[in-house]
Amino acid sequence: MLDDFLIRAALAGLGTALAAGPLGCFVVWRRMAYFGDATAHAAILGVALALATSLPVFWGTAAVAGVMALAITALAGRGVAADTALGVLAHSALALGLVAVAFLPGVRVDLSAYLFGDILAVSRADLGFIWGGAAAVLALIGWRWQALLTATLSTDLAQASGIDPRRERLVLTLAMALTVAVAIKVVGALLIAAMLIIPAAAARGLARGPEAMAIFAVALGGLAVAGGLGLSLLADTPAGPSIVVAAAGLFVASLAPGLPGRRG
Amino acid sequence: MSLIAAENLSVRRGGATVLHAVNLRIEPGEIVTVVGPNGSGKSTLLGALIGALPAATGRVVRRPGLAVGYVPQRLALDARMPMSVARFLSLPHRRPADEVSAALARVGLAGLAGRQMARLSGGQFQRVLLARALIGRPQLLILDEPTQGLDQPGEAALYRLIEEARIETGAAVLMVSHDLHVVMSASDRVICLNGHVCCEGTPSVVGAAPEYRALFGIGTGGALALYRHDHDHGHDHAHPHESEPV
Repeated sequence: MLDDFLIRAALAGLGTALAAGPLGCFVVWRRMAYFGDATAHAAILGVALALATSLPVFWGTAAVAGVMALAITALAGRGVAADTALGVLAHSALALGLVAVAFLPGVRVDLSAYLFGDILAVSRADLGFIWGGAAAVLALIGWRWQALLTATLSTDLAQASGIDPRRERLVLTLAMALTVAVAIKVVGALLIAAMLIIPAAAARGLARGPEAMAIFAVALGGLAVAGGLGLSLLADTPAGPSIVVAAAGLFVASLAPGLPGRRG
Repeated sequence: MSLIAAENLSVRRGGATVLHAVNLRIEPGEIVTVVGPNGSGKSTLLGALIGALPAATGRVVRRPGLAVGYVPQRLALDARMPMSVARFLSLPHRRPADEVSAALARVGLAGLAGRQMARLSGGQFQRVLLARALIGRPQLLILDEPTQGLDQPGEAALYRLIEEARIETGAAVLMVSHDLHVVMSASDRVICLNGHVCCEGTPSVVGAAPEYRALFGIGTGGALALYRHDHDHGHDHAHPHESEPV
Protein backbone atom coordinates (compact mmCIF):
# COMPACT_ATOMS: atom_id res chain seq x y z
CA MET A 1 0.00 0.00 0.00
CA LEU A 2 2.85 2.36 0.88
CA ASP A 3 4.16 1.79 -2.63
CA ASP A 4 1.60 4.23 -3.96
CA PHE A 5 3.03 7.75 -3.92
CA LEU A 6 -0.43 9.21 -3.38
CA ILE A 7 -1.04 7.12 -0.27
CA ARG A 8 2.34 8.16 1.09
CA ALA A 9 1.55 11.79 0.30
CA ALA A 10 -1.81 11.58 2.06
CA LEU A 11 -0.24 9.94 5.11
CA ALA A 12 2.49 12.57 5.21
CA GLY A 13 -0.10 15.33 5.02
CA LEU A 14 -2.18 13.71 7.74
CA GLY A 15 0.84 13.41 10.03
CA THR A 16 1.58 17.08 9.50
CA ALA A 17 -2.02 18.04 10.25
CA LEU A 18 -1.86 15.98 13.44
CA ALA A 19 1.07 18.00 14.80
CA ALA A 20 0.09 21.35 13.30
CA GLY A 21 -3.51 21.33 14.59
CA PRO A 22 -2.97 21.58 18.35
CA LEU A 23 0.25 23.60 18.05
CA GLY A 24 -1.49 25.90 15.56
CA CYS A 25 -4.16 26.63 18.18
CA PHE A 26 -1.49 27.91 20.55
CA VAL A 27 0.03 29.92 17.71
CA VAL A 28 -3.37 31.59 17.23
CA TRP A 29 -4.09 32.03 20.95
CA ARG A 30 -0.67 33.45 21.77
CA ARG A 31 -0.27 35.48 18.58
CA MET A 32 2.84 33.57 17.58
CA ALA A 33 2.24 33.61 13.82
CA TYR A 34 5.40 35.50 13.03
CA PHE A 35 7.33 33.31 15.44
CA GLY A 36 6.21 30.27 13.46
CA ASP A 37 7.29 31.92 10.24
CA ALA A 38 10.73 32.79 11.58
CA THR A 39 11.29 29.28 12.91
CA ALA A 40 10.22 27.76 9.61
CA HIS A 41 12.42 30.05 7.53
CA ALA A 42 15.43 29.12 9.61
CA ALA A 43 14.84 25.51 8.59
CA ILE A 44 16.40 26.19 5.17
CA LEU A 45 19.70 26.78 6.94
CA GLY A 46 19.11 23.44 8.64
CA VAL A 47 18.64 21.78 5.27
CA ALA A 48 21.98 23.18 4.12
CA LEU A 49 23.76 22.01 7.26
CA ALA A 50 22.18 18.56 7.05
CA LEU A 51 23.22 18.13 3.44
CA ALA A 52 26.74 19.35 4.19
CA THR A 53 27.14 16.86 7.03
CA SER A 54 25.13 14.03 5.46
CA LEU A 55 22.71 13.99 8.40
CA PRO A 56 19.03 13.29 7.80
CA VAL A 57 17.32 16.53 6.78
CA PHE A 58 14.77 16.00 9.55
CA TRP A 59 17.39 16.37 12.27
CA GLY A 60 19.12 19.28 10.55
CA THR A 61 15.90 21.25 10.28
CA ALA A 62 14.75 20.31 13.79
CA ALA A 63 18.09 21.40 15.29
CA VAL A 64 18.36 24.73 13.48
CA ALA A 65 14.67 25.51 13.96
CA GLY A 66 15.12 24.72 17.65
CA VAL A 67 18.13 27.02 18.00
CA MET A 68 16.24 29.72 16.13
CA ALA A 69 13.15 29.37 18.31
CA LEU A 70 15.25 29.53 21.48
CA ALA A 71 17.11 32.58 20.20
CA ILE A 72 13.86 34.39 19.50
CA THR A 73 12.47 33.49 22.91
CA ALA A 74 15.63 34.74 24.59
CA LEU A 75 15.61 38.00 22.64
CA ALA A 76 11.95 38.61 23.38
CA GLY A 77 12.66 37.97 27.06
CA ARG A 78 15.32 40.69 27.01
CA GLY A 79 12.82 43.23 25.82
CA VAL A 80 14.05 43.57 22.25
CA ALA A 81 10.99 44.60 20.25
CA ALA A 82 9.65 41.18 19.30
CA ASP A 83 8.46 42.33 15.92
CA THR A 84 11.85 43.68 14.90
CA ALA A 85 13.81 40.79 16.38
CA LEU A 86 11.66 38.28 14.50
CA GLY A 87 11.93 40.22 11.27
CA VAL A 88 15.71 40.38 11.48
CA LEU A 89 16.16 36.76 12.47
CA ALA A 90 13.59 35.25 10.10
CA HIS A 91 14.87 36.80 6.93
CA SER A 92 18.54 36.59 7.87
CA ALA A 93 18.20 32.88 8.55
CA LEU A 94 16.38 32.28 5.29
CA ALA A 95 18.95 34.25 3.30
CA LEU A 96 21.83 32.61 5.14
CA GLY A 97 20.32 29.22 4.36
CA LEU A 98 20.01 30.03 0.67
CA VAL A 99 23.61 31.29 0.56
CA ALA A 100 24.89 28.29 2.50
CA VAL A 101 23.29 25.86 0.07
CA ALA A 102 25.21 27.53 -2.77
CA PHE A 103 28.47 26.73 -0.98
CA LEU A 104 27.76 23.02 -0.75
CA PRO A 105 30.51 21.30 -2.76
CA GLY A 106 29.28 18.95 -5.42
CA VAL A 107 25.70 18.83 -4.24
CA ARG A 108 22.97 19.81 -6.61
CA VAL A 109 20.02 20.66 -4.39
CA ASP A 110 16.53 21.28 -5.59
CA LEU A 111 15.81 24.10 -3.17
CA SER A 112 12.24 24.51 -4.28
CA ALA A 113 11.48 21.12 -2.73
CA TYR A 114 12.30 22.61 0.65
CA LEU A 115 10.83 26.04 0.03
CA PHE A 116 7.49 24.81 -1.32
CA GLY A 117 7.44 21.20 -0.20
CA ASP A 118 7.58 18.02 -2.22
CA ILE A 119 4.80 15.94 -0.75
CA LEU A 120 4.45 13.73 -3.82
CA ALA A 121 8.06 12.57 -3.37
CA VAL A 122 7.74 11.51 0.27
CA SER A 123 9.64 8.29 0.96
CA ARG A 124 8.94 5.58 3.53
CA ALA A 125 11.79 6.95 5.62
CA ASP A 126 10.28 10.44 5.41
CA LEU A 127 6.98 8.99 6.62
CA GLY A 128 8.74 7.51 9.61
CA PHE A 129 10.21 10.90 10.55
CA ILE A 130 6.91 12.71 9.94
CA TRP A 131 4.80 10.36 12.06
CA GLY A 132 7.46 9.99 14.73
CA GLY A 133 7.82 13.77 14.95
CA ALA A 134 4.05 14.30 14.98
CA ALA A 135 3.64 11.73 17.76
CA ALA A 136 6.32 13.50 19.80
CA VAL A 137 4.62 16.88 19.32
CA LEU A 138 1.23 15.44 20.32
CA ALA A 139 2.69 13.73 23.38
CA LEU A 140 4.49 16.92 24.45
CA ILE A 141 1.43 19.14 24.08
CA GLY A 142 -0.91 16.55 25.57
CA TRP A 143 1.35 16.10 28.60
CA ARG A 144 1.48 19.84 29.34
CA TRP A 145 -2.04 20.65 28.08
CA GLN A 146 -3.58 22.05 31.27
CA ALA A 147 -0.49 24.03 32.20
CA LEU A 148 -0.11 25.35 28.64
CA LEU A 149 -3.72 26.55 28.59
CA THR A 150 -3.35 28.25 31.97
CA ALA A 151 -0.09 29.96 31.04
CA THR A 152 -1.62 31.06 27.73
CA LEU A 153 -4.60 32.66 29.49
CA SER A 154 -2.51 34.51 32.05
CA THR A 155 1.05 34.21 33.24
CA ASP A 156 -0.05 35.55 36.64
CA LEU A 157 -2.72 32.89 37.08
CA ALA A 158 -0.17 30.28 36.06
CA GLN A 159 2.44 31.56 38.53
CA ALA A 160 -0.06 31.61 41.36
CA SER A 161 -0.83 27.94 40.62
CA GLY A 162 2.82 26.99 40.69
CA ILE A 163 3.22 26.78 36.91
CA ASP A 164 6.34 28.35 35.41
CA PRO A 165 5.25 30.15 32.22
CA ARG A 166 8.83 30.12 30.89
CA ARG A 167 8.87 26.35 31.04
CA GLU A 168 5.58 26.14 29.15
CA ARG A 169 6.93 28.54 26.53
CA LEU A 170 9.91 26.24 26.15
CA VAL A 171 7.56 23.30 25.56
CA LEU A 172 5.88 25.21 22.74
CA THR A 173 9.26 26.26 21.34
CA LEU A 174 10.35 22.64 21.20
CA ALA A 175 7.04 21.56 19.65
CA MET A 176 7.45 24.30 17.06
CA ALA A 177 10.93 23.11 16.03
CA LEU A 178 9.70 19.52 15.68
CA THR A 179 6.64 20.58 13.70
CA VAL A 180 8.78 22.58 11.29
CA ALA A 181 10.94 19.51 10.72
CA VAL A 182 7.79 17.42 10.18
CA ALA A 183 6.13 19.83 7.79
CA ILE A 184 9.01 21.03 5.62
CA LYS A 185 8.73 18.14 3.19
CA VAL A 186 4.94 18.49 3.02
CA VAL A 187 4.27 22.19 2.48
CA GLY A 188 7.79 23.67 2.47
CA ALA A 189 9.45 26.25 4.70
CA LEU A 190 7.57 29.20 3.23
CA LEU A 191 4.11 27.75 3.92
CA ILE A 192 4.55 25.94 7.25
CA ALA A 193 3.11 28.86 9.17
CA ALA A 194 0.02 28.65 6.96
CA MET A 195 -0.52 25.02 8.00
CA LEU A 196 -0.29 26.12 11.62
CA ILE A 197 -2.55 29.12 11.49
CA ILE A 198 -5.22 28.53 8.86
CA PRO A 199 -6.74 25.23 10.10
CA ALA A 200 -6.69 26.51 13.71
CA ALA A 201 -8.30 29.80 12.71
CA ALA A 202 -10.97 27.92 10.76
CA ALA A 203 -11.56 25.60 13.73
CA ARG A 204 -12.34 28.61 15.92
CA GLY A 205 -15.70 28.99 14.17
CA LEU A 206 -16.74 25.46 15.07
CA ALA A 207 -15.42 25.04 18.59
CA ARG A 208 -16.77 26.03 22.01
CA GLY A 209 -13.78 24.79 23.98
CA PRO A 210 -10.00 24.62 23.54
CA GLU A 211 -9.96 20.82 23.16
CA ALA A 212 -12.64 20.94 20.47
CA MET A 213 -10.71 23.65 18.66
CA ALA A 214 -7.55 21.51 18.60
CA ILE A 215 -9.45 18.48 17.32
CA PHE A 216 -11.26 20.49 14.65
CA ALA A 217 -7.94 22.02 13.62
CA VAL A 218 -6.53 18.52 13.01
CA ALA A 219 -9.65 17.47 11.10
CA LEU A 220 -9.69 20.60 8.95
CA GLY A 221 -5.95 20.25 8.33
CA GLY A 222 -6.55 16.68 7.17
CA LEU A 223 -9.38 17.85 4.95
CA ALA A 224 -7.14 20.53 3.45
CA VAL A 225 -4.50 17.89 2.68
CA ALA A 226 -7.08 15.72 0.93
CA GLY A 227 -8.51 18.69 -0.95
CA GLY A 228 -5.11 20.01 -1.93
CA LEU A 229 -3.88 16.64 -3.18
CA GLY A 230 -7.11 16.25 -5.17
CA LEU A 231 -6.71 19.70 -6.68
CA SER A 232 -3.09 18.96 -7.51
CA LEU A 233 -4.07 15.71 -9.21
CA LEU A 234 -6.94 17.18 -11.22
CA ALA A 235 -5.45 20.50 -12.22
CA ASP A 236 -1.75 19.59 -12.09
CA THR A 237 -1.04 22.32 -9.57
CA PRO A 238 1.89 22.24 -7.10
CA ALA A 239 0.77 20.08 -4.17
CA GLY A 240 2.02 22.09 -1.17
CA PRO A 241 0.48 25.40 -2.20
CA SER A 242 -2.70 23.57 -3.24
CA ILE A 243 -3.06 22.23 0.31
CA VAL A 244 -2.77 25.75 1.69
CA VAL A 245 -5.30 27.01 -0.87
CA ALA A 246 -7.73 24.30 0.26
CA ALA A 247 -7.17 25.29 3.89
CA ALA A 248 -7.86 28.92 3.01
CA GLY A 249 -11.12 27.82 1.39
CA LEU A 250 -12.11 26.03 4.59
CA PHE A 251 -11.29 29.15 6.58
CA VAL A 252 -13.54 31.28 4.41
CA ALA A 253 -16.34 28.74 4.89
CA SER A 254 -15.79 28.89 8.65
CA LEU A 255 -16.68 32.57 8.65
CA ALA A 256 -20.32 31.68 7.96
CA PRO A 257 -22.57 33.15 10.65
CA GLY A 258 -24.36 30.92 13.11
CA LEU A 259 -21.59 28.36 13.57
CA PRO A 260 -21.32 26.97 17.13
CA GLY A 261 -18.08 28.78 17.96
CA ARG A 262 -19.59 32.18 17.19
CA ARG A 263 -22.49 31.88 19.63
CA GLY A 264 -22.40 32.91 23.30
CA MET B 1 3.20 29.72 61.69
CA SER B 2 2.05 32.45 59.32
CA LEU B 3 0.51 31.44 56.01
CA ILE B 4 2.88 33.60 54.06
CA ALA B 5 5.50 36.13 55.03
CA ALA B 6 7.68 38.65 53.28
CA GLU B 7 11.01 39.08 55.06
CA ASN B 8 12.96 42.19 54.23
CA LEU B 9 11.64 41.85 50.68
CA SER B 10 12.90 44.18 47.95
CA VAL B 11 11.79 43.87 44.37
CA ARG B 12 13.29 45.54 41.33
CA ARG B 13 11.40 46.17 38.12
CA GLY B 14 12.93 47.69 35.02
CA GLY B 15 16.08 48.69 36.87
CA ALA B 16 14.26 50.57 39.65
CA THR B 17 13.66 49.27 43.14
CA VAL B 18 9.88 49.31 43.47
CA LEU B 19 9.67 47.71 46.89
CA HIS B 20 12.13 48.39 49.71
CA ALA B 21 12.62 46.04 52.62
CA VAL B 22 9.01 45.03 53.11
CA ASN B 23 8.13 42.89 56.10
CA LEU B 24 4.67 41.44 56.44
CA ARG B 25 2.99 38.25 57.52
CA ILE B 26 -0.51 36.95 56.96
CA GLU B 27 -2.10 34.86 59.69
CA PRO B 28 -4.85 32.30 59.10
CA GLY B 29 -8.33 33.77 58.72
CA GLU B 30 -7.52 37.48 58.76
CA ILE B 31 -8.42 40.07 56.16
CA VAL B 32 -5.49 42.29 55.28
CA THR B 33 -5.79 45.14 52.82
CA VAL B 34 -2.94 46.90 51.09
CA VAL B 35 -3.59 50.52 50.24
CA GLY B 36 -1.30 53.04 48.61
CA PRO B 37 -1.14 55.54 45.78
CA ASN B 38 -0.60 54.51 42.16
CA GLY B 39 2.90 53.21 41.58
CA SER B 40 3.41 52.46 45.26
CA GLY B 41 4.23 48.80 44.50
CA LYS B 42 0.95 47.19 45.55
CA SER B 43 0.67 44.88 42.56
CA THR B 44 4.40 44.27 42.67
CA LEU B 45 4.04 43.08 46.25
CA LEU B 46 1.31 40.61 45.30
CA GLY B 47 3.34 39.51 42.28
CA ALA B 48 6.29 38.74 44.52
CA LEU B 49 4.08 36.88 46.99
CA ILE B 50 2.58 34.60 44.31
CA GLY B 51 6.06 33.97 42.93
CA ALA B 52 5.66 35.84 39.65
CA LEU B 53 8.39 38.36 40.48
CA PRO B 54 11.77 37.44 41.95
CA ALA B 55 13.01 39.02 45.15
CA ALA B 56 16.05 41.27 44.71
CA THR B 57 16.83 40.91 48.40
CA GLY B 58 15.01 39.25 51.26
CA ARG B 59 12.59 36.43 50.67
CA VAL B 60 9.02 35.17 50.64
CA VAL B 61 8.26 32.32 53.02
CA ARG B 62 5.18 30.21 52.44
CA ARG B 63 3.78 27.64 54.79
CA PRO B 64 4.50 24.27 53.14
CA GLY B 65 1.54 23.07 51.06
CA LEU B 66 -0.12 26.47 51.16
CA ALA B 67 -3.08 26.63 48.74
CA VAL B 68 -3.44 30.13 47.27
CA GLY B 69 -6.48 31.37 45.37
CA TYR B 70 -5.47 34.31 43.21
CA VAL B 71 -7.68 36.91 41.53
CA PRO B 72 -5.58 39.00 39.13
CA GLN B 73 -6.07 42.68 38.51
CA ARG B 74 -6.82 42.27 34.85
CA LEU B 75 -7.32 39.26 32.71
CA ALA B 76 -7.43 40.03 29.02
CA LEU B 77 -9.46 37.12 27.70
CA ASP B 78 -10.44 37.73 24.15
CA ALA B 79 -12.46 35.50 21.89
CA ARG B 80 -9.48 33.85 20.22
CA MET B 81 -9.64 30.94 22.62
CA PRO B 82 -13.07 29.37 22.98
CA MET B 83 -13.54 28.84 26.70
CA SER B 84 -16.67 28.12 28.68
CA VAL B 85 -17.00 29.22 32.28
CA ALA B 86 -16.95 25.59 33.45
CA ARG B 87 -13.79 24.84 31.48
CA PHE B 88 -12.11 27.96 32.89
CA LEU B 89 -12.80 26.79 36.43
CA SER B 90 -11.04 23.53 35.59
CA LEU B 91 -7.69 25.23 34.96
CA PRO B 92 -5.08 24.20 35.80
CA HIS B 93 -6.66 21.38 37.81
CA ARG B 94 -9.61 19.39 36.53
CA ARG B 95 -12.66 19.77 38.75
CA PRO B 96 -15.74 17.56 38.82
CA ALA B 97 -18.94 19.12 37.44
CA ASP B 98 -20.68 19.28 40.82
CA GLU B 99 -17.74 21.18 42.33
CA VAL B 100 -17.87 23.61 39.42
CA SER B 101 -21.60 24.25 39.78
CA ALA B 102 -21.26 24.63 43.54
CA ALA B 103 -18.52 27.24 43.07
CA LEU B 104 -20.65 29.12 40.56
CA ALA B 105 -23.69 29.00 42.83
CA ARG B 106 -21.59 30.42 45.66
CA VAL B 107 -20.82 33.54 43.64
CA GLY B 108 -24.39 33.84 42.39
CA LEU B 109 -23.77 32.58 38.87
CA ALA B 110 -25.64 29.27 38.97
CA GLY B 111 -26.51 28.09 35.49
CA LEU B 112 -23.75 30.01 33.72
CA ALA B 113 -21.39 27.03 33.39
CA GLY B 114 -21.88 26.76 29.64
CA ARG B 115 -21.52 30.47 28.87
CA GLN B 116 -18.45 31.55 26.89
CA MET B 117 -16.02 33.61 29.00
CA ALA B 118 -15.81 36.28 26.29
CA ARG B 119 -19.56 36.90 26.62
CA LEU B 120 -19.62 37.63 30.35
CA SER B 121 -20.31 41.11 31.68
CA GLY B 122 -17.62 42.80 33.76
CA GLY B 123 -19.28 41.89 37.04
CA GLN B 124 -19.89 38.29 36.02
CA PHE B 125 -16.29 38.00 34.89
CA GLN B 126 -14.94 39.16 38.26
CA ARG B 127 -17.25 36.70 40.03
CA VAL B 128 -16.02 33.87 37.84
CA LEU B 129 -12.43 34.82 38.75
CA LEU B 130 -13.42 34.70 42.41
CA ALA B 131 -15.14 31.34 41.94
CA ARG B 132 -12.01 29.98 40.31
CA ALA B 133 -9.87 31.26 43.16
CA LEU B 134 -12.18 29.64 45.71
CA ILE B 135 -12.57 26.28 44.03
CA GLY B 136 -9.23 24.94 45.21
CA ARG B 137 -10.24 25.48 48.88
CA PRO B 138 -7.46 28.00 49.42
CA GLN B 139 -6.14 28.91 52.85
CA LEU B 140 -5.17 32.27 51.42
CA LEU B 141 -7.08 34.35 48.92
CA ILE B 142 -5.01 37.03 47.15
CA LEU B 143 -6.99 39.65 45.25
CA ASP B 144 -5.52 42.50 43.21
CA GLU B 145 -8.15 45.23 43.01
CA PRO B 146 -10.94 42.75 42.44
CA THR B 147 -13.59 45.39 41.83
CA GLN B 148 -11.79 47.25 39.08
CA GLY B 149 -14.22 48.35 36.42
CA LEU B 150 -17.33 47.58 38.46
CA ASP B 151 -20.02 50.10 39.38
CA GLN B 152 -20.73 50.76 43.03
CA PRO B 153 -23.47 48.18 43.55
CA GLY B 154 -21.25 45.68 41.76
CA GLU B 155 -18.33 46.55 44.04
CA ALA B 156 -20.42 46.22 47.16
CA ALA B 157 -21.80 42.87 46.02
CA LEU B 158 -18.33 41.51 45.24
CA TYR B 159 -16.94 42.58 48.61
CA ARG B 160 -19.91 40.91 50.28
CA LEU B 161 -19.09 37.71 48.40
CA ILE B 162 -15.45 37.88 49.49
CA GLU B 163 -16.54 38.40 53.09
CA GLU B 164 -18.98 35.47 52.89
CA ALA B 165 -16.33 33.26 51.33
CA ARG B 166 -13.98 34.14 54.17
CA ILE B 167 -16.56 33.20 56.77
CA GLU B 168 -17.46 30.01 54.95
CA THR B 169 -13.97 28.74 54.21
CA GLY B 170 -11.96 30.43 56.95
CA ALA B 171 -9.43 31.51 54.32
CA ALA B 172 -7.24 34.51 55.00
CA VAL B 173 -7.69 37.36 52.54
CA LEU B 174 -4.97 39.64 51.24
CA MET B 175 -6.20 42.29 48.85
CA VAL B 176 -5.17 45.47 47.17
CA SER B 177 -7.91 48.04 47.10
CA HIS B 178 -8.57 51.62 46.15
CA ASP B 179 -11.92 51.77 47.91
CA LEU B 180 -10.85 53.27 51.18
CA HIS B 181 -14.27 53.14 52.80
CA VAL B 182 -14.53 49.42 52.08
CA VAL B 183 -11.03 48.89 53.33
CA MET B 184 -11.83 50.60 56.54
CA SER B 185 -15.00 48.67 57.17
CA ALA B 186 -13.97 45.18 56.14
CA SER B 187 -10.31 44.73 57.06
CA ASP B 188 -8.75 43.38 60.20
CA ARG B 189 -5.49 45.00 59.25
CA VAL B 190 -4.44 47.65 56.77
CA ILE B 191 -0.99 47.98 55.28
CA CYS B 192 -0.24 51.35 53.81
CA LEU B 193 2.36 50.99 51.10
CA ASN B 194 4.44 53.56 49.30
CA GLY B 195 7.48 51.69 48.06
CA HIS B 196 7.89 50.59 51.64
CA VAL B 197 5.45 49.92 54.46
CA CYS B 198 4.64 53.40 55.77
CA CYS B 199 2.25 52.26 58.42
CA GLU B 200 0.33 49.23 59.39
CA GLY B 201 -2.32 48.20 61.90
CA THR B 202 -6.06 48.11 62.49
CA PRO B 203 -8.04 50.43 60.21
CA SER B 204 -8.46 53.02 62.92
CA VAL B 205 -4.78 53.06 63.81
CA VAL B 206 -3.73 53.40 60.19
CA GLY B 207 -6.43 55.97 59.49
CA ALA B 208 -5.08 58.15 62.27
CA ALA B 209 -1.43 57.70 61.32
CA PRO B 210 0.23 60.84 59.96
CA GLU B 211 1.92 58.81 57.19
CA TYR B 212 -1.48 57.66 55.95
CA ARG B 213 -2.94 61.15 56.15
CA ALA B 214 0.02 62.51 54.25
CA LEU B 215 -0.62 60.02 51.45
CA PHE B 216 -4.38 60.23 51.24
CA GLY B 217 -5.13 63.69 52.56
CA ILE B 218 -7.86 64.68 54.92
CA GLY B 219 -10.66 63.78 52.51
CA THR B 220 -10.45 60.20 53.63
CA GLY B 221 -11.09 61.26 57.19
CA GLY B 222 -14.74 61.41 56.22
CA ALA B 223 -14.85 57.84 55.05
CA LEU B 224 -12.98 56.74 58.14
CA ALA B 225 -15.38 58.53 60.44
CA LEU B 226 -18.27 56.96 58.59
CA TYR B 227 -16.80 53.57 59.25
CA ARG B 228 -16.35 54.26 62.92
CA HIS B 229 -19.81 55.57 63.24
CA ASP B 230 -21.19 52.24 62.06
CA HIS B 231 -18.74 49.82 63.49
CA ASP B 232 -17.18 51.35 66.54
CA HIS B 233 -18.48 48.66 68.87
CA GLY B 234 -15.90 46.27 70.18
CA HIS B 235 -13.01 47.18 67.86
CA ASP B 236 -10.46 49.70 68.85
CA HIS B 237 -11.52 52.28 71.37
CA ALA B 238 -8.12 53.77 71.85
CA HIS B 239 -8.87 56.33 69.17
CA PRO B 240 -12.20 58.05 69.75
CA HIS B 241 -14.13 59.99 67.12
CA GLU B 242 -11.74 62.74 66.35
CA SER B 243 -13.06 63.38 62.89
CA GLU B 244 -16.65 63.68 61.82
CA PRO B 245 -17.73 63.46 58.19
CA VAL B 246 -16.93 66.67 56.36
